Amino acid sequence: MRSVMFRFHVCAGEIFELKAELNSDKKEKKKEAVKKVIASMTVGKDVSALFPDVVNCMQTDNLELKKLVYLYLMNYAKSQPDMAIMAVNTFVKDCEDPNPLIRALAVRTMGCIRVDKITEYLCEPLRKCLKDEDPYVRKTAAVCVAKLHDINAQLVEDQGFLDTLKDLISDSNPMVVANAVAALSEIAESHPNSNLLDLNPQSINKLLTALNECTEWGQIFILDCLANYTPRDDRESQSICERVTPRLSHANSAVVLSAVKVLMKFMEMLPKDLDYYGTLLKKLAPPLVTLLSAEPELQYVALRNINLIVQKRPEILKHEMKVFFVKYNDPIYVKLEKLDIMIRLASQANIAQVLAELKEYATEVDVDFVRKAVRAIGRCAIKVEQSAERCVSTLLDLIQTKVNYVVQEAIVVIKDIFRKYPNKYESVIATLCENLDSLDEPEARAAMIWIVGEYAERIDNADELLESFLEGFHDESTQVQLQLLTAIVKLFLKKPTETQELVQQVLSLATQDSDNPDLRDRGYIYWRLLSTDPVAAKEVVLAEKPLISEETDLIEPTLLEELICHIGTLASVYHKPPSAFVEGSRGVMHKRLPAQGTECPDVGNAAGGSAPEAAPSIIPSQGDLLGDLLNLDLAPPTTPAVLLPLVWLPAMKAKGLEISGTFARRAGVIQMELVLTNKAMSVMTDFAIQFNRNSFGLAPAGPLQVLTPLGPNQTIEVSLPLSTVGPVMKMDPLNNLQVAVKNNIDVFYFSCQYPISMLFVEDGKMERQVFLATWKDIPNDNESQFQIQDCHLNSASNKLQGSNIFTIAKRTVEGQDMLYMSIKLSNGIWVLAELKVQAGNPNYTISLKCRAPEVSQCVFQCYEAVLKN
Amino acid sequence: MIGGLFIYNHKGEVLISRVYRDDIGRNAVDAFRVNVIHARQQVRSPVTNIARTSFFHVKRSNIWLAVVTKQNVNAAMVFEFLYKMCDVMASYFGKISEENIKNNFVLIYELLDEILDFGYPQNSETGSLKTFITQQGIKGQHQTKEEQSQITSQVTGQIGWRREGIKYRRNELFLDVLESVNLLMSPQGQVLSAHVSGRVVMKSYLSGMPECKFGMNDKIIIDKAGKGGVTNEAGKSTSGKQSIAIDDCTFNQCVRLSKFDSERSISFIPPDGEYELMRYRTTKDIILPFRVIPLVREVGRTKLEVKVVIKSNFKPSLLAQKIEVRIPTPLNTSGVQVICMKGKAKYKASENAIVWKIKRMAGMKESQISAEIELLPTNDKKKWARPPISMNFEVPFAPSGLKVRYLKVFESKLNYSDHDVIKWVRYIGRSGIYETRC
Repeated sequence: MRSVMFRFHVCAGEIFELKAELNSDKKEKKKEAVKKVIASMTVGKDVSALFPDVVNCMQTDNLELKKLVYLYLMNYAKSQPDMAIMAVNTFVKDCEDPNPLIRALAVRTMGCIRVDKITEYLCEPLRKCLKDEDPYVRKTAAVCVAKLHDINAQLVEDQGFLDTLKDLISDSNPMVVANAVAALSEIAESHPNSNLLDLNPQSINKLLTALNECTEWGQIFILDCLANYTPRDDRESQSICERVTPRLSHANSAVVLSAVKVLMKFMEMLPKDLDYYGTLLKKLAPPLVTLLSAEPELQYVALRNINLIVQKRPEILKHEMKVFFVKYNDPIYVKLEKLDIMIRLASQANIAQVLAELKEYATEVDVDFVRKAVRAIGRCAIKVEQSAERCVSTLLDLIQTKVNYVVQEAIVVIKDIFRKYPNKYESVIATLCENLDSLDEPEARAAMIWIVGEYAERIDNADELLESFLEGFHDESTQVQLQLLTAIVKLFLKKPTETQELVQQVLSLATQDSDNPDLRDRGYIYWRLLSTDPVAAKEVVLAEKPLISEETDLIEPTLLEELICHIGTLASVYHKPPSAFVEGSRGVMHKRLPAQGTECPDVGNAAGGSAPEAAPSIIPSQGDLLGDLLNLDLAPPTTPAVLLPLVWLPAMKAKGLEISGTFARRAGVIQMELVLTNKAMSVMTDFAIQFNRNSFGLAPAGPLQVLTPLGPNQTIEVSLPLSTVGPVMKMDPLNNLQVAVKNNIDVFYFSCQYPISMLFVEDGKMERQVFLATWKDIPNDNESQFQIQDCHLNSASNKLQGSNIFTIAKRTVEGQDMLYMSIKLSNGIWVLAELKVQAGNPNYTISLKCRAPEVSQCVFQCYEAVLKN
Repeated sequence: MIGGLFIYNHKGEVLISRVYRDDIGRNAVDAFRVNVIHARQQVRSPVTNIARTSFFHVKRSNIWLAVVTKQNVNAAMVFEFLYKMCDVMASYFGKISEENIKNNFVLIYELLDEILDFGYPQNSETGSLKTFITQQGIKGQHQTKEEQSQITSQVTGQIGWRREGIKYRRNELFLDVLESVNLLMSPQGQVLSAHVSGRVVMKSYLSGMPECKFGMNDKIIIDKAGKGGVTNEAGKSTSGKQSIAIDDCTFNQCVRLSKFDSERSISFIPPDGEYELMRYRTTKDIILPFRVIPLVREVGRTKLEVKVVIKSNFKPSLLAQKIEVRIPTPLNTSGVQVICMKGKAKYKASENAIVWKIKRMAGMKESQISAEIELLPTNDKKKWARPPISMNFEVPFAPSGLKVRYLKVFESKLNYSDHDVIKWVRYIGRSGIYETRC
C-alpha cells in the first residue's frame, strides 16, 4: 500500500472524487482516501471541506485509519468547531476501550483539539485516565493536563487536576513521573509565584530516584526541573550533586548538559575549601570535552554553553585548550565558536600553541573566520603581556600577505595593542603606513589615522599622510571624520609650525561644511581651545589615555548568572535572557544562582527589611513634626514622603554599571542622590556626569564626587547638589531629565523624572493681598481642576508646608473648608491653589492657577503624592 | 517545548508538517523555507531566530528536518531528538530520501504522534516502537490483552529497551571495538593534537533477561585491583603498560550509571540485536598508525614540487587497508606529474587534490610519492591556503590500546551459563580526521 506515490495537488474535482471514496463501503478504499487527504493537508492545501466525510470514518477498529482521522481532526477541528462535536462520542468511548494503546490515543488526541465544547467533555475521561491502571495511559494523561491548561487554565484548577498531577510525581512508573514533572514545570512557568512544584527534600529524593530509571528524555525533564530547586544548605547541595554526577556519562548530550547545569548551579553553594568542590570541578571537564565529538549541530550548542562556563569558571577547562583547535572540515559556525573559546582560555602557559594555530587560521578561506582569527591575535597580545611581541610580529607577517581584509583587520588590532602598550612597538608604524592606500573600511581607516595622529612626532611625513585623507573628507564616514579631526589637531599641537594650514583646513571642514552635529561640536571645541589657551588644549587633547582592559566582550555578570541557570536551552545558545525572545509570560521569570553559604532564604528577607530603616534619612522630616507641634494638632505622626531609589540605568545597558537614585531637597538645595554599583569585572574610575538641557535648567552644581575607583561588586552613594541656572529647554514630560554618565569604560545615557516639588522654594509664601490680586489677574483659562481621591488627613496644610506649599488663608463656606495656597518654583513661576475639603468626604478638589499652565499637571501630582503619603 | 516539526525536500517543499503547539502558525513553514532553505548565503548557524520564532535544523543528504518553537526549549534536547528521529526513520525504511519519506508519510505521522507528545519527546527506542507501530499497521487489534499490557509496560518501563521472553537456540554475542584516531600534526612532525574516539558496538543474541558485565583494561580499575592485593603474576603484567587512561566515556541508557560512578564497573541488561554500548575518548599514549612527512617546495611562481613520505608504525605482522592520502593542490593548477612507488596516484582536478591509494601496507614500512605541479600564473594577491594533507586507513587493532578483558553473562532464570555463550571480539581502528599540515 505504501508504495503508492501521492501527487501533492488537489483540485476541486479531486475533492469531489475524494468525497466519494471516503463514503465508499470498502475499507481499503476509505483508508487510501484518508491518506490522500492527509497528504494534501501536509502541503498546505485546504481540505477542510471534507470534514464530515472524514469524521465519519472515525468509528473504526482499524487503528491506523483511526490515527489518520485523528490527525485530520487535530488540524481542522478549530475551524469547524460545531462539526468537531460529532467526534466527541467516539473519543469518550475510546477512553473506555480495553486496549490501553487506544485509551491513550484518545486522551492524547482529545487534548490537542482546541475547541471549548470538546474540552468540557474531556474532563471526565481525563480524570479516569490519570488514575488508569496502565502506566502508558497515565503518562499520556499527565501531558494532557498541560495541554488542557494551555487551553483553559481555570478549568484545570477548578477540576483539581493539578493535585492529581502532583500525586503522579510519586507514581511507581518512572516515565509517568518524568511526564508529570514536565507538565508541572510547564504549568508552573505561567504561574511564577505559585508553589506548584513544591520542591522539598522529600520530593527531590523521589525525583533523584526516578532519574536513575527513566528514559533519556525523562532524565532531561527531571534534571531541568531540579535546576530550579534551591537546596537549603551546602550539605544538601553536595548530596544532590553526588547523585547527579553519574549522568555526566550518559550518551545523550542533552542529559549531560542538563546535569552540568544542575552542578554549575549547586556548586555555588559549596564552600571552596571543600575537597568535594575540587573533585567536582575535575569531573566536569571530561564530559564537556566529549560533547565536542558529537554531531556538528550539538557541538555548536555545546560550544555556546562552554563559552558561558569558561567565563563563569575558567578553572574547569584551563588545561583543555587543544580540543578547541579548529579542524579544517568543521562547519563555519563551529569554527567561529571554537575561536572564541580559544581566546578566553589563552594564557601564558599555552600562548605559543595558540598563536601558531591562529596564524594558521589567518590563511583560511572564510572571510569572517579569517578576520576573527586576526582579531584574536590582537586580543592575545593584550591579554598575555609576554606574548605581545610575538603577536605583533605575527600580525606584521600577515600584513605582508597584502590580503586586503587581513591587512585592515590587523591594523585595527594593532591600534589596540598601541593603546595597551604605549611607546613600545612604534617601529612597526612604517610598515603600517605602506598599506595606507589599500584601506577601504572605515574602522581600519580610523584606526590608521589614530595611529598617525598619536605618533605624529615620529612619523616624518605625518602631515602628508593626513592631508591625503583630507581630500575626500566629506565622503568619509563619521568615524573617520572624527578621528581625522582629532589626529590633525594632535599633529598641530606637536608640530605647530608646519601644520597651521592643515589644522585650519580641517577645522573649517568640520565646522562650516559639515551637517553632522557631533563633528561640528568637536570642531568648535578644538577651535576654541586652540585659540584661547593652547596649553590647556595640549593638556586636553594629548592627555594620557586610560589603559584598555584585558578582557573584552565578557558577558555582563548578572546576565551570565542568569544564563548559567539556562544551560542547554535556547537562551544559552543566543546568550540572551529568555525574556528577549519568548513572548508572553512564559520564561520571563529571571533565574538567579544561589548565593554561597545561604543557610535559609530568610537572609534575603532580612536584607530587604533593613531598607525602610535607612530610607527616612532621604528627606528631612523635622519640618513636618515641628509644624504639627506648633499647631497642637494631635494627628498621629505622619511618615514623611519617601522616594525609594529607582533603578535608572540597569547594569545590562551600561557594561556593568548600575545607577539608581532619587531626588531630595535639603535646606534649600536640590540634591540628586545617586547609588552607583559596579557589576562588571573591572575597576571603574573617572566618573563624570552631565545633564541635557531641561525644563527648569537643572545642572550639576559640582563634579560627581567619586574619589576612589569603584571595584567590582562595590557600591557607592553620592549626593550631587544641583543648581537651577543651567540652560533651559522644554521637555516632555516637563519634569524629564536626560543624564549622561561617563566612566573609564564608556558614556551611558539615561533619563529620569524628578518630582517637581524639588523646585518649590522656601520663600514661596505670598502676601494675602498679592495672592488675591494675582488670582484675579491670571486668566480663567489657565485654571485647572483636579480631584484627589481617598484622602484622609486632618492637617493637610502642615503636611504641605513640609514640601514648601504654603497656606495663606482658610475659609469655611457651607461646611466646606477652602484652603488658599501658594507655591513658587525655582525659576520664579508662581502657582496658586485652592483646595476644597468637605468634612467627611475623602475626595478633595483642587484648582490650580498659574501663568504657565503646563506645570499644573506636575504640581497636582505633587499634591497627590504629598497628601497621600 | 517543541512547537512543531517540518520535513522539506531540497527545493523547500514540505513533505511532513506536524504542529504540536498552538503558538506555531502555518506561516512558520514558509518562514523557514524563505529564510534558511532559499537563503543565498551559506548556513551560518543550525539555530535561526526569525521573528521571535526559533528554528533548529539538521540536514540528511538533501532533506531538511526542522524543529520550530517559540519557547526557551532545551536546545541540546532538540538536536538529540532530531538525530534520534533520523535513526528511527532509517531503521523503519532505510535511507532518508524524498522518495522514502513520501512513500512512508503515514508511518512518519504515526511515529511523530507516538514519540512526541505536546512537544515532549517520549519513548524513542526503535526496539519497543516496532512492537506496536508496524509497517503493516494492523497489529493493534489482534493482540491479546497480555500482549497489549506487555507493550505498554515495555514502552514505559524501566527496561524499555528489551522485551521479555526472548529465546535463542544458540546464545551468541559479537563485540566490535571501533576506534577512529584523529591527528593534527605540524609540518615539522610535532603532534598538535591527537585523540581517539572509540565505540564499543555489540550485537547480542541472548535468551531471557541476561545481566552482563563488561571489563576492559581501564587504568583506574587495574590500578585499583593492583592495590587491593590481588597481585598475581598476570595482574602485575597487565598493570604495567597494558592499561590505558580513558579521558571520558558515555554509555547506552541500559548501563547502570550510578554503579559505574561508584565502582567503575559496567553492568547492564543488553537490548536485543545491535546497539552501541559505550563511547570513549583517550588522548594519552596513542599509537599513531601512520606518519606523514610532507615536503613542499615552490619553484618560481608557476611550479610546486611536492614529496610526501608515509611510514607505517605498528607490528610488521599486521596489515593496514584502504589507505588513501589526499594531497591538496592549488586552485590554479594546470598540470600534475606524479610518481609513486606503491599504489596508484591520480590528480583529480574537480577535488583540487592528488589522491594516492594503496590497498594494503604492512607495519614498519614506508612509501613515497613525489609530484610536480604546474601552476597558471595568476594575479590573485591571496596566497594559496595550503590545506592539510589528510589520510584515510583501516588497521586491525585499537590505536588507543584498549583491550576487552571480559564480558560476563548471567541469566539466573534460564539454564545457560557464561561458558555457554559464544563471544566474538574484533578491533578496528580507522582514521578520523588525520591531518598533517604542509
